[in-house]
This record gives sequence, C-alpha cells and structure tokens, in this order.
Amino acid sequence: MSSYVAPLKDMMFVLTELAGLDKVAALPGYEEATTDVVEAILDESAKFTGGVLDPLNWSGDQEGAKWADKAVTMPKGFKEAYAQFVDNGWNALGGNPEFGGQGLPKVVSAAVQEMWKSANMSFSLCPLLTLGAIEALELAGSDEQKAMYLPNMISGKWTGTMNITEPQAGSDLAAIRSRAVPQGDGTYRIFGQKIFITYGDHDMAENTIHLVLARTPDAPEGVKGISLFVVPKFLVNADGSLGERNDAYCVSIEHKLGIHASPTCVMVHGDNGGAIGTLVGKENEGLKYMFVMMNAARFAVGLEGLAVTERAYQHAVAYARDRVQGRAIEGSPAPVAIIRHPDIRRMLMLMRSHVEAMRALAYAVAAAHDASHRHPDAAQRAQNQAFVDLMIPVVKGWSTETGNAMSYLGVQIHGGMGFVEETGAAQYMRDARITTIYEGTTGIQANDLMGRKIAREGGATAKAVIAMMRVTQQEVAAQPGVAFAAIAAALGRGIDAVGEATDHIVANYGKDVRAVAAGAVPFLKLMGNVAGGWMMARASLVAQAKISGGDADPFYPAKIATARFYAEHVMAAAPGLARVVVDAGNSALELDESMF
Amino acid sequence: MKILVPVKRVIDYNVKVRVKADGTGVDLANVKMSMNPFDEIAVEEAMRLKEGGKATEVVAVSCGVTACQETLRTAMAIGADRSILVESDVELQPLAVAKLLAAVAKKEAPQLIILGKQAIDDDSNQTGQMLAALLGWSQATFASKVVIGEGKATVTREIDGGLETLEITLPAIVTTDLRLNEPRYATLPNIMKAKKKPLEVVKPADLGVDVAPRLSTVSVAEPPKRSAGIRVADVAALVDKLKNEAKVIA
Repeated sequence: MSSYVAPLKDMMFVLTELAGLDKVAALPGYEEATTDVVEAILDESAKFTGGVLDPLNWSGDQEGAKWADKAVTMPKGFKEAYAQFVDNGWNALGGNPEFGGQGLPKVVSAAVQEMWKSANMSFSLCPLLTLGAIEALELAGSDEQKAMYLPNMISGKWTGTMNITEPQAGSDLAAIRSRAVPQGDGTYRIFGQKIFITYGDHDMAENTIHLVLARTPDAPEGVKGISLFVVPKFLVNADGSLGERNDAYCVSIEHKLGIHASPTCVMVHGDNGGAIGTLVGKENEGLKYMFVMMNAARFAVGLEGLAVTERAYQHAVAYARDRVQGRAIEGSPAPVAIIRHPDIRRMLMLMRSHVEAMRALAYAVAAAHDASHRHPDAAQRAQNQAFVDLMIPVVKGWSTETGNAMSYLGVQIHGGMGFVEETGAAQYMRDARITTIYEGTTGIQANDLMGRKIAREGGATAKAVIAMMRVTQQEVAAQPGVAFAAIAAALGRGIDAVGEATDHIVANYGKDVRAVAAGAVPFLKLMGNVAGGWMMARASLVAQAKISGGDADPFYPAKIATARFYAEHVMAAAPGLARVVVDAGNSALELDESMF
Repeated sequence: MKILVPVKRVIDYNVKVRVKADGTGVDLANVKMSMNPFDEIAVEEAMRLKEGGKATEVVAVSCGVTACQETLRTAMAIGADRSILVESDVELQPLAVAKLLAAVAKKEAPQLIILGKQAIDDDSNQTGQMLAALLGWSQATFASKVVIGEGKATVTREIDGGLETLEITLPAIVTTDLRLNEPRYATLPNIMKAKKKPLEVVKPADLGVDVAPRLSTVSVAEPPKRSAGIRVADVAALVDKLKNEAKVIA
C-alpha cells in the first residue's frame, strides 16, 4: 500500500502563481495568510494527514462504520484521530475568529482540505458537514443560536449534519414532508424520517448538531414552505452543558459501494414525542439558506474529485514503478517496470495532467470566493462572485466526473491486481463514485450551469471568462517552441468550442429547452475541459518565465510538458463536445417513451 | 531552568537523495528540507520538560543559511519560546557547529542542552560530544529517558546489548535517540503564533568563532546498484556458491 504524500510543491505553485495568494493576503482580514505562514500550515497539514489520516483509510474501508442500538461505532482509530484533528485546531482553520476560528481564507482551506480528502475521504466528510452547518448558522442563525453552537462546532468539539433528503424527496426538495410543530415557548417539535444523513450519528464527538428541513403546520406547498431547524443530539443547557438526549435517532446505516467508514444514516425525529429544535432564520426561508450552504458544499465535493485523483495517481505511480511485466515494445534485454510502457505512461499523464488542471481551477475559484467577500471595491466583489457562481457547478460536476474517470484508470494501471481489493486501487474508484451524485448530481450541476448561470444572464459572465481565456491563449501563441504552439492551437480550438456552445445555449434555451438540456452535461464537461486547459496554459506561461529567469528546477519543464499533454490529449476532445451540445440534443429525445 | 535546543535543517527524510553529477556532494537544489528528525525529538523533550514544570524557557538555535529560519519557526510552532539563528553560508562541519553552540550557550547560560544524537544528512554523531568537551559539561548521549532532579539529571541511554542509566550534574548535554519520545504535530494556532515569536540572527564573527571547514570531501558516490541474480542448477551448486563465492556460510 502506498502512503499519501501531499503534493506541496504543486499546491504552493498553484497558490502563489495561479490563484494569487498575495492578492488574497492583501484583502482585509486575511493579512496573516502570507506565503511563509501558508507554507508552514501546509507543511504541518501534510505531516498530519500523511501520518494520522492516511493510515486509517484502508482499515476504515475494510472495517466500515457499525450500527447497533440506535448508535454508530466508528472503525478503529477514527475516534482518536478525530480528537487529535480537533486538538490540533484543523477544524477551525477557516472559522470566524469571533467564535474561536482561525479566520484563514478559503484558498488556504481548499489546499488543506484537499489533503484531508486525499488521505481519507470518509474521515473528511465529518468536518465537511460540520463546516456546512456552521455556514448555515452563521448566515441565518440568531445571536443566541450562534453563541450556543458555533464555538464548539468551529473547534470541532461538536459536529454538524444536514438533514435534507427524505425517501420521496431526493433531488426534488419540494416533496419534503417532515413536520415542525411550534410549542409556544419558541421551540418546535420535529417529526419525520430523513435518509442519507452523513455522520448523522457517530462516537467521535460528544454532541451532534443536526440542521433539519421541515414544514410548519401552515406552510405553503412546495419549495416555498420549507423551514430550517437546529436540532441537537443532546439538548444544550443555558450554561452550555449538555442536557437531555433529544428525540433524534439513527435507526440504521446504509451499506454502500464506497466511503464505508462514513456513516450514512437513516434518522428518525420524533418517534418518542418529538425532537426539540429551534427555527433558524425565518419560517419558509429554509431552502434559501440551504442553497447558500450548498454552494460551499458543492465546491468541497468538487475538491473530492481532485483529491481522489491525486491519491489514485500516487498509488498508480508507485505500482507502475514497482511492477515488472513484459519487455519494452521497442525491445529490451529483460522485462521492464510497466511505467516504461507507452500506454501506462499515457494513463499516468492523463491522471497527472487532470489533477494539476483541477487543482488550478479549484484554487482559482476559492481565491475568487475570498475576493468576492472581502475585496474593498464593490465592482470587484461582484465580478468575482459572478465567476464563482459560474464555476461552482463546473468544479463540482467536472472534477467529480474526472475523479471517477481517473480512479478508473488507477485500477486499469494495476491490471488484474487492481480488480482485487488488497492492492487498494479499487477503494479510490469506489469512494469516488458517490461524488458525482451527492450535493446535486452531475445532471443537476449541468442544468444549473446552463440555466441559472448562463441562459438567465444571456451568457454575460461566460463571455467575460471566454475573453480572459483568449488573452491567455494569445500570450501562449506568442511563445516560441513546439510545446507552446501545441498548447495555443488546442486552447484556441477549445475556446472557440466553448464560445459556440455558449452562444447556442443563449440563443436556444428559451426556444427549445429540452434539446438544449439534453446537451447540458456535455456542455459542463466542455466547460471543465477548456477551463482546466486555460489554467494549464497559464501554468505553462509561469513555468516558462521561471525558466527564462534562470530557474533550473525540473518542476517547470515538467509543468510545460504536462500542459502540452493536456492540450493534445484532453483538450482535443473540446470541439467534439461542442458538436454534441450544438447539433445532437434532439437525437437524445427522439425515441418515444414507450420505446424504452 | 532554561533549555537550549539546537536544530539542524536537513534534506527531508521522504526525499530520494541524489548525488550531484560531479560527485562533489548531494544535490540540494529544489529539494524539500525539514528539521532533522532527531532534533524534533529534542524539541519535543524540551517541551515536555517545560509542560512538566521542570523548565521555564525553551530556546531553539540553528546554524546555517537564512532558510534555517523556517526550521526555527517549526521549532517555535512545536512550542519553543524564541530562537537564534547563527547565519552562515559556509559549509558548517560538526566542530564549527559545536563551537558556535558553545558560544551561544555561554551567552544564554542554559542548564540543559538537548540535541539530536546525529543528523540524518551526514550521520556524523559528533556535535553533542564536541559541545560537551568545549563547555566542560557533563554529557549523556543516545538518551531514551530523561528525568530532571535537583541540579542533576538521570538519563537512560541505549547502548549495545541494553540500557545504561547515568546520573549527570547540570548544566549538561543530552543527545536524543529514537525511542526518547514521539514528537507531536504542531497545532494550527501554534503555527500562526510562531511567526510572531522572536527570532534573533547573529553571525559567526559576532560570536568570535572561525567556522572554516577542517575536513574536505574527496568524493560522494551512490551506493553500488544491486547486480542481477543468477540461476543455479541445483541445491549443491547453491551451497557451493554461498560457501565459496559469497562466503556467507562456512
């Protein structure tokens, strides 16, 4: 089994050269995020994730979370690892300093979270859900709720959950039936069953704070009648101590394809008189708060696609170096390590170039998120927010689809040994599988991208981004050498493809929405493919500038070669994807329903 | 009681070491550098003594290039109160480092100096011993347990075939072995605080120490590659080769 070594060099390169860490550190409140401090943080995070979280990844997968008597027991070692995670302050990294958080920008937490996810995706889901719940409480909670819950949630002493899905209400939240009955004392009693509740119960923390979507008695039908409640596992006394056990129980956990160590709970609220909760924000506004929180969660799940690819890549490289099989295709005196074989090399390059492209795009979006919140200039804030809104479904949808494709290649590189569980390659593929599904399937991300993010505003932000891509493309085209010529050519065709597809969506969304929607996922893939290529092109320009400045670090020529590979092997697909978006929507819908 | 903890910046233990093409040394360009793992154990031990009420101040000191500041920040992130960098671009050999540390020790007057028994780059295992000789202090090397008493320390050390327990008078030098403790991970708040802790930079000349190298490296080479195996006809041939060629059995 290989061990996880955080790719600190590429992380720092992306942070400082592509995401603009210095600009983020210049924003008010982020002054502490200087390069040397961030480097020290990533260094220690690399040690912690490699030394504590990674060793539990395989054992956690094999053992899985266990359920008995309405309670979940985590696999061996998780409880201790979580205690250390909390004691060392990692949960509080991005938290509001007012409630004990470290207040670091999202671009830094993105890099640190990538490490949690690479080292142990199942473990990382616990803080992911806590951070989402914190976000919702910060956004809409009362001062009293914030004071009661946020300090312990930010430290990680208490964890959080999102109780959203019900058996009949998956992607369609309008169908939610859970009830909230006011008690007249400011509290509500919650009744209903929730499914797919990540870390709904576990033994790693003394309390779990559930955020629950439910309907009040007079609420309107559909999405306009859903309210958000905070329901603690143990009620919290006025002095902050823990009180009675609340009527919110995990009645079973799911048996899943992957993320075995992450307990996916069926939660029943109110079988014994009602779970006591308080309203978050205003009645009937629950979905609105949930969507703000969901954007953060979607970004975080996008990071999972990147993180699992990084881990699968490291695993595959270690195997490909070690495994001796077959002679070189051009002839060799003895059998060679499979890394010598051209097709293995191609697959490793696909993994490597995709992980670098996804990382660059994700961190760039995180930096834009920071600017959208803290930039002193309102126009800059708005511009960054528009970029973030456009790119969140791309980071989520494209990175998770790519994570699946790349962890598939990780298994392929292992050959038959990848199909048996003992080598560990299969776990990444199984763990990756959920990422294109939860927090909105790829189809939902694609509809969001095409409808809300492009058609609704006539493609304004998309066109602005295309213009930025063209500037990069021209800079690349001005560089001498075959590598840059190849990158410029592929990026040029890719940008044309995105431009044509965007125009098609803007022109036809109102006229023939079904045909356009049938091309939504191909469009999302096209957008991710070319945005990733744009980032790789930017990286190659920085690398060339370093080389021209006399820097002999082999990292830089490797970056240019990887960018060229991405251009020739990955971005080559962009014009074809545009053809699907523009020409092929109707053929997906031609057969009558009865023919299926 | 004040504890001085010398820490060395070395090639990271995860890095695959490459010898420079001209055989003059190890290629350090663009290679990740970290604190010598034995020194991490030393910092951890000093912190435990401080947390146990035996020490009041922990001062980290490093000798070397400007980038050693990162190593000192790491020591302060683990918990050292402040640090001193003796800055020099010259190749510092164990005797020069021992002299520099002796000069710092005379200024700082610690009761205890804890340092790694050796550094993982040159494996010299000399600095602690030389430092004790220069200062005329007691020394206990290869420590696996340290107990501080009134004016003295009881140190269990790992020796061939077992453990030896020494009682030494303070001030003293202790060098750490692997089993002394398991170093902690630095906490995020302490990493942030480390930036604000004092870091003093001095030059060897300020300390009146001549650091010119006394040893010269003749050549550095990779270990020989393992040669390909051979197939033997039968057990008798194998035994014969083991006896007469490899000479591993009599």
